[in-house]
Amino acid sequence: MMKDFIKEIPKNLFAGFVVSLVALPLGLGLAIASEAPPISGVIASIVGGTVVAILGGSQLTITGPGNGLVIVLLYAITSLGSGDLYQGYLYTLAAIIVSGVLMFLFGVFRLGALSEFFPSSALQGMLAAIGIGILSKQVHVMIGITSVSGKPLVVLAKIPESLKVLFSSSSMEIILPALLGLLSLLILVFYSKLRSPFFKLIPAPMWVVFLAIGLSYYYDLISSQEYPISSNLLISLPDNIWSDLPTPDFGIALTLPFLSTVFSITLISSIESLLSIKAVDKLDPQKRRSNVNKDLRALGVATALSGMVGGLNVVTVIARSSVNVNNGGTNRFANMSHSLMLLCFILLFQEQIQRIALPALAAILVYTGYKLAAPTNFLRILKIGKEQAAIFIVTLIITLTNDLITGIFLGIVTTFLIHVVLNKNLFLFTRNLFKPNVLMYLEEETGNYYVSVKNFSSFLNFFRLKSKLDEIPENEHAVLDFSLCSFVDHTVMEGLNEYRRGFARKGGAFEIIGLDAHTADTQHPFAIRKSLPTNDFFRINNNLTKRQLSLQKLSTIIGWGYRSEPTSDTKELERFDFFKAKIINYQFNEIVSEGGDFHLFDLSYSEGAFISKDDILSSFLLINLKFDIPIFILDRENLLGGINENTVYKDLDFPKYPDFSKRFFLGGKKASEIRNLFDSKLIFFFESHAYFRVESIGKSILIKGKSRLSSIQEIKLLLSFSTELMSIINNKYLDK
Amino acid sequence: MTKTLFKRILVGFAFSPNLKANIFTSLRLANSLGADLFFVHVGKKTSVKEKTFEEILKDSPVRPKLTKVLWEEGNPIPTILMMCEKNKIDLLLLGAVQRENVLKFYMGSIARKITRRAPCSVLLLIKPSTEEIPSKHVVVNALNEPNTEKTIRAAFEFSFLMDIPNVTLVGEISQSKVNFTADDDEGLKKVTEIKEGIKNEEKNRYDEILLKIPDGLKENKKIQSQSIFGARGYSISHYARVVRADLLVLNSEMKRSSFISRIFPKDLEHILSELPTDILIIKN
Repeated sequence: MMKDFIKEIPKNLFAGFVVSLVALPLGLGLAIASEAPPISGVIASIVGGTVVAILGGSQLTITGPGNGLVIVLLYAITSLGSGDLYQGYLYTLAAIIVSGVLMFLFGVFRLGALSEFFPSSALQGMLAAIGIGILSKQVHVMIGITSVSGKPLVVLAKIPESLKVLFSSSSMEIILPALLGLLSLLILVFYSKLRSPFFKLIPAPMWVVFLAIGLSYYYDLISSQEYPISSNLLISLPDNIWSDLPTPDFGIALTLPFLSTVFSITLISSIESLLSIKAVDKLDPQKRRSNVNKDLRALGVATALSGMVGGLNVVTVIARSSVNVNNGGTNRFANMSHSLMLLCFILLFQEQIQRIALPALAAILVYTGYKLAAPTNFLRILKIGKEQAAIFIVTLIITLTNDLITGIFLGIVTTFLIHVVLNKNLFLFTRNLFKPNVLMYLEEETGNYYVSVKNFSSFLNFFRLKSKLDEIPENEHAVLDFSLCSFVDHTVMEGLNEYRRGFARKGGAFEIIGLDAHTADTQHPFAIRKSLPTNDFFRINNNLTKRQLSLQKLSTIIGWGYRSEPTSDTKELERFDFFKAKIINYQFNEIVSEGGDFHLFDLSYSEGAFISKDDILSSFLLINLKFDIPIFILDRENLLGGINENTVYKDLDFPKYPDFSKRFFLGGKKASEIRNLFDSKLIFFFESHAYFRVESIGKSILIKGKSRLSSIQEIKLLLSFSTELMSIINNKYLDK
Repeated sequence: MTKTLFKRILVGFAFSPNLKANIFTSLRLANSLGADLFFVHVGKKTSVKEKTFEEILKDSPVRPKLTKVLWEEGNPIPTILMMCEKNKIDLLLLGAVQRENVLKFYMGSIARKITRRAPCSVLLLIKPSTEEIPSKHVVVNALNEPNTEKTIRAAFEFSFLMDIPNVTLVGEISQSKVNFTADDDEGLKKVTEIKEGIKNEEKNRYDEILLKIPDGLKENKKIQSQSIFGARGYSISHYARVVRADLLVLNSEMKRSSFISRIFPKDLEHILSELPTDILIIKN
């Protein structure tokens, strides 16, 4: 263990460094958006990273100030001090300390299951409201106007006004900040479209920071003009970070506004953390399970400490964590190193940080807010069912017009009422709510875990089912039977899909049975059918696109079978290294050879999560072999001599074939066997064909083209490439 | 094998649409068990009622060696309980109603009250029928309790007499015995290990009990055992539904139901409130 830890220090140091590049602008920005001193966000990261790395129960999570809290903190700081922002900040610090203690207690009393009690669509609605809340205010700041304030919808309505001010002016002092803000936003939007390794070395938010600092230096050193961005649009840090620590003020600790602030902060930060921890577990290449209660305790301690030295809440943040995973972080040291790097930045680059103009940071927040509130999130929910969309909208609107707590509470009530109406039965819920409804046992005959659920299964009692499912090792076979259960809601179906993925990742199987009968039952609420991801999520599109028609035609010509509809059957692709830190969503447009050896299909998968999340559509070809070949990965070598993903393998070079060795990265488990397989014939084949990423896991080979869908021409190329490759490999193995 | 499990059976009847099914089922059962059968009606004895009853009785293809019809007046529950004591009854038959709505739930509660206070074993029938439907599967509890051995033995005798081919012993193990939560990978590993250990211990216990059952009772039977971690009473009833058992055999409760256990139903209460199958509660 210790040896591994030491061996992995450089990796985690690097990952922590990249994360800190994201955490610095986000920390500053989130604090400014909450009307707290900019440094308070960075303090939360520094304290949080250190404390949670030491005490926490998860490996890859990064902790720091969270997006979800911006709205609550902003409201607290502006209202608690009755207009005096600094006094409001001191009161809020006291609230943060109390909320840290509460969160610690949540962990002690094992309330890690708290987040299960929220209906998924209501949570999504709340997140969207938070996104709109962040975005509405920061749009103004992004174009250089800081004076706007009020409720999110009011602020949103004032955007045209701010734009008018902008367009009616010709002064550089007004135009330059807006230009900086817009350019920053463009960088953030188009960053994920860029695949250039040079740009990818540095995360997008840091490019924005470089742009802002560079602009300031340009006016300082090169241009003769005065820097046109006024000082109220620049970050100000305390002159001496150590001695200027604020003292939290507990003066109003027993008043209702204070207590409701504590309650909101605790609730939101716990939910955000719990959801993030679960999400990061899904990205972990080593498939570890985090101890959420231990993490809650650590976050509580970190929050209380952070509040004492003037920092914001510490929560687990998904975006920074996924940056960590993507950059090869392997354990908690990455979190620690990110916080140490931040400390260095603050101490060494204090002067440069103060040159960052607010519009640039606001652009980062606008982008973050947009990702939370993007219409695609709503459309995705609408596809699941109209009733889910209704829950989403109710929660969203009430959160925006009232406050978060009212919003999520009414979201829960709406969900429950909708369930009652769909079932036309209130007794189903009231009579069975407090009864155990899950039976789980290890079938002695088959060795399978059998789980039966009865009565109903919804967000109200999902925790019971989860606590049973959590006790099944994910490399086993689990059968979940709903035939005695008359209602299953969307939250449960979505949660079960996570389990299905989890089992697939760890080599087990997770089967759901007994729901087919429901669809046939006319008395049954349609929500069940609606919520089954494979059945309805990807509604069969009768009108095939041009590409689909061509695929259909191509498959008829070569005599293969074609299926256009999407399925969540992912063929155990998780076994391939390529998908280790990626989430597979669904596959579609599959053509299968006659014998079933060749599968060509389009696949949707995700890299990263939240703001650094990319949904990628790409075409793959999977070949099933009748014999074992060595395990290897072959890909185009990049400028740095590696490939654009984390791999444990070293590049094998062949002195005899310098061209091949220079152009290709080839790595795998047993070097001698691979060298044996890659003879002159095979190497000549790769040298003379287009680049494809080829990965073998022994019995199967996965070939991937570009990181987008392949055209029909490219698919033909892929087909001929693979058949030729297989004929070479077949010849070699059949000779033996 | 002598037919000694139950010697005197009492069944209460009311003039409901179910009457024929109830009478036929009772006659078949008493015949198979080789027991005397006492019919009790709590209510006024009229010639019309008597005639209806006699006619149904005549229709029945089977006839136990002794049947007696008793007519009593009074409050149904105490009267039936009193008749049990008086006639040295060892099995009380009750036609329960599976709950579908609140009204039936209430009617079911009479059966539950009797069950709780009965001085003898009780058999609750959820679907009496005129035609004989052969039973296939008996599920019996294998709790770690002093009464369990006798209950299991009774279950085997019953399946022998009724010619039921499958018997499954189900041991419910309280989750609190695991005393550990699967918070992370380490925790999960530990929980799985602890469970494995407990399960093996339990398995040995089942085997010991089974050894004491005479071979004659075990002949031609498929005997299985299953350990379940979960709430007591609840799990076995859910299990019986899942495996579509025909009869669930249970220990009677050790202690009298306290006030608290009536508010928070557990053990027997769980089962009696849902009635997954016919239920035989063995009194010692």
